[in-house]
Amino acid sequence: MKSKRLDNYGKINREKIFSFSWDNKNYYGFDGDSLASALLANNIQIVGRSFKYHRPRGIMSCGVEESGGLVTVGSHDRKDPNVRATTQELYQGLVATGQNAFPNVNFDLGEVNNYLSRFFAAGFYYKTFMGIPPFEWGSGTSIWMLFEKIIRKAAGMGKLSRLPDPDNYEHANDFCDILIVGSGPSGIAAAKEAADKKLDVILVEQDSILGGDQIAETDFDFKSARDELKNLGVRIMNRTTAFGLYDNCVLGLLERITDHVGEKNENLPRQRFWTIRAKHIIVGSGALERHVSFNNNDIPGVMTVNASKHYLNRYGVLTGQDIVITTNNDSVYQTAQLLFQAGAKVTVLDSRKEVNLEENISDGIQIRFGSVPYNIKGSRRINSLEIADASHSPYKNIDTINCDQVLISGGWSPAIHLLSHRGVRASWNAENLCFLPGDTKENITMVGSARGIWNKDDCIKSGIAGTLDAMNKMGLPKTNYFFPKEGGWKNSIKPLYEVKYNKSRSKSFVDYQHDVTADDVRLAHREGFISVEHLKRYTTLGMANDQGKMGNIIGLSLMAELLNKEIPEVGTTVFRPPYTPISIGALAGRNVGKHFRPLRVTPMHQWNLDNGAIMIEAGLYQRPWYFPKKNETLSEAYIRETTIVRQSVGMCDVTSLGKIAIQGPDATEFINRLYTNPFAKLPINKTRYGIMLRDDGIVMDDGTSWRLSENEYLMTTSTAQAGKVMSWLEELLQVRWTDLKVNVTSISEQWAAAAVSGPKSREVIQKCVEDPSLIENEKLPFMGFISTNLKGGIPCRIVRISFSGELGYEVYIVSDYANTMANLLWEEIQKFDGCLYGLEALGALRVEKGHVTGAELDGRVTIEDAGLEKMASTKKSYIGSAMRKRGILDSEDREQLVGFFPVNKNETFDAGTIVCEKNNIKGFGIGRITSVTHSPELGHWIGIGFVKGGKAKWENTTLIGSDPVRNKQMELQVVSPHMIDPEGTRMHA
Amino acid sequence: MKEVQDQIRSCTVNMIRIKCPYCGERDHSEFAYGGDASIKYPALDASKDEWTKAIFFRENIRGFQKETWHHLNGCRMWLEVERCTLTHEIKSVKPCHPELQKIMASSK
Repeated sequence: MKSKRLDNYGKINREKIFSFSWDNKNYYGFDGDSLASALLANNIQIVGRSFKYHRPRGIMSCGVEESGGLVTVGSHDRKDPNVRATTQELYQGLVATGQNAFPNVNFDLGEVNNYLSRFFAAGFYYKTFMGIPPFEWGSGTSIWMLFEKIIRKAAGMGKLSRLPDPDNYEHANDFCDILIVGSGPSGIAAAKEAADKKLDVILVEQDSILGGDQIAETDFDFKSARDELKNLGVRIMNRTTAFGLYDNCVLGLLERITDHVGEKNENLPRQRFWTIRAKHIIVGSGALERHVSFNNNDIPGVMTVNASKHYLNRYGVLTGQDIVITTNNDSVYQTAQLLFQAGAKVTVLDSRKEVNLEENISDGIQIRFGSVPYNIKGSRRINSLEIADASHSPYKNIDTINCDQVLISGGWSPAIHLLSHRGVRASWNAENLCFLPGDTKENITMVGSARGIWNKDDCIKSGIAGTLDAMNKMGLPKTNYFFPKEGGWKNSIKPLYEVKYNKSRSKSFVDYQHDVTADDVRLAHREGFISVEHLKRYTTLGMANDQGKMGNIIGLSLMAELLNKEIPEVGTTVFRPPYTPISIGALAGRNVGKHFRPLRVTPMHQWNLDNGAIMIEAGLYQRPWYFPKKNETLSEAYIRETTIVRQSVGMCDVTSLGKIAIQGPDATEFINRLYTNPFAKLPINKTRYGIMLRDDGIVMDDGTSWRLSENEYLMTTSTAQAGKVMSWLEELLQVRWTDLKVNVTSISEQWAAAAVSGPKSREVIQKCVEDPSLIENEKLPFMGFISTNLKGGIPCRIVRISFSGELGYEVYIVSDYANTMANLLWEEIQKFDGCLYGLEALGALRVEKGHVTGAELDGRVTIEDAGLEKMASTKKSYIGSAMRKRGILDSEDREQLVGFFPVNKNETFDAGTIVCEKNNIKGFGIGRITSVTHSPELGHWIGIGFVKGGKAKWENTTLIGSDPVRNKQMELQVVSPHMIDPEGTRMHA
Repeated sequence: MKEVQDQIRSCTVNMIRIKCPYCGERDHSEFAYGGDASIKYPALDASKDEWTKAIFFRENIRGFQKETWHHLNGCRMWLEVERCTLTHEIKSVKPCHPELQKIMASSK
């Protein structure tokens, strides 16, 4: 077979020559070529290897339905596998390679699979990976798993680069009156009509140029078509695929911006993901030509008829010299004439007995009526085609034609995918042998060959009718319109899906991409997978990246024949988005790396960094993790920080805590209903630790609330739950307790806060305020609160609370003064050889004290489980009070908060360790460790967590910590969670 | 059943956008779904049974249901939205708070 470039054909720009590389060799093509057309112009026929059998494959189409020319484009981190060569535009320096082949597509060792093919029929994985029948021997053993890996490797498509994607992607939104998908005759007609009526129109075309099927017509000028539409005000989006149609006329588009240029502009995104809202959507997505299943119907040189016409008239490439066209419909005769005029020898096999031809067909074209393709001879290229008599059953070879190309037309399937996305079932049209779009009440109109209209003039009429239909549905002045009837061929199409080969071991492909043959469909039927949905999953028919665009209807017709039913009774699978594959990068858009989620920093962020903080993410916040001195490691640093806090004084940025202002005459009543412990009698200038439950009695969050005045409180929440608690308070006030006169405001961002902890903290605070006497123990006792001024007259709020268990204060200040406060405090702290401490030391300090955080309050824990039952008032009702003792929440057997020591004090353990009884190490055990740290004060590793029965039950028993993930086991001693200063003398000091 | 199917067929307005009475029509991504708006929560001192019913028992409605939505990334108002579970058609949107409902109604 020889394909070649012709001088006087095509719409490519021959002034601009591109060099490109295919499998490490250099070739030339022109501006306007697709990779496929450039390969064909260079007479490269084998461009890929098939999925399972590694059979040589060539270019089979000229569009998105391509099943043979799946190649890898680009190199290094821009390597993109499974690119359809037919839709990849050529550019200077393009690098493409064949895939699923070793060493290359011309000579592939994997071809051995083709000779073992009878072992790889449908359901191969399901049967084989269960073990060796009949008893599934070997199943689950390591050697069997290895075997599975090797076998899975033999099948497949392209390989990913496994490198980070270097390109940018972005998301964009737009809206319009009418959005038109497809720029074929009907789409362009609809756009013109709508623009004429002064509507805002977007025209979407997946190709680089407008025209759809008209591009293959010599008298169609895509540039003037574009200019005309532009002048009318139509917004044209080319290189853009409408991949999905969603609720409320929302359309998902993928615009390819730099996939067709060699030199990537770093300022441009590679692709843009559009969400478009239209008042009405007109779908003129065209139709796809089908093939026919017969033996060896995948040999390079097999192509759809219409594709050959596009290669000739768009790209100036004659795809063969000695061409046989096989058909069951009228659509091929114009192409036959064109190919003949271009210099090819053309024979047409028409399966129909009698055909009344409209076109003037040259005498040189041989037409054989009543014959069908039976078998292709040749393996790497076509040598000849055996033909059979269409009326003989079973088929048998009656003649052989020498040829180098076989073009197939088995009918046309409207591209009804977008309507199918809306859940609209297609209806089978027996006259035109295709599924037609069903009816919808949504603002979507199908036009052109997407609604089964084959004739160009009728397509144009349907486009105009589509716009008038849209205008009526949009409530604009009514106009009369009608849609032309579907069909439009002079002679009717005759069913032809498979020409059954009468020898065993045939390779009659139904779905090229997944190597699904007609025999596979029959096997599925024999084994009981007769529903179309089962057929699809068992054979993988229609599950490759073309999603059954080529093969689905043949598969359905075969199953219908086996079941003695008609195609509509067998049904069809539902098409789901996307219409063509979308890169994950486009879905992610800008939401990658640091932009994956919002970043929150405290007003002291830079101050922390300047003072040597290493940061860690806590929720959305960046918080200081530890402040290393010189070459300190994390554990060296936090142990030093913890020790200094216990001995002297340290400071920590606690701005990220949630802060909510609660104001109004009913503020006290509100807060008293929220917390489990009594708040009604909290004096002004006092603060109290409180716990909130959910409606169902599980602990939601903990924090402190300070009474600022008769009707005003400031509530703090944990960092992680700040947003949730705020929404919850708003819900209660707006939905449930609408009679309460309370207002809540989030003031988390307005206030910065620093915790100053340690025996020397009072002296530090006293040095930093204008009136040190206010900080005396009597004036500001534990859980006390004052509003006062820092030195320099800066108003602040100081609350005496302690998370560390030491004497401690939290200083709150308007965010703008955060750095001033930090400098003031830090200067004094240094005089006591104090330190800055981060989240790691904060954690160590609180674990030593047995204070719970989100690691313990994980949404499964009751107030009793957390050992805080004293906080649950029995004298009042509050959120969750009715439910907290229900059923299993009240069982004796619940896990309770405890502390853990390693029996061997040199041992360590990790959070997540499962706690088990000594002779029963399995499953979920009887508990778990939730937080761990090294305790400098105790001199060994400690943890807190939960164990069934609590401390009382296990105090004197050695338990086992099992950590199967890290392959560790250690002996544990259960202790009180309050491991240091359980009486609290230090914080009351 | 037939009534519901007719609803689907006649559906022209879908979810995805909610007309907040304070902010105007906004994308649903600005909102957070709350829950069933028809639930009357019992008093805090009501029995365990009453609370169990209010918290755990829900109708699985096919058609229109009243639900609460929080305009989280907007005005932060809690809204009562009447939405069709099959088509996402939204029939009405109003503030949850009855006093605010009255104010909104009288200002129309």
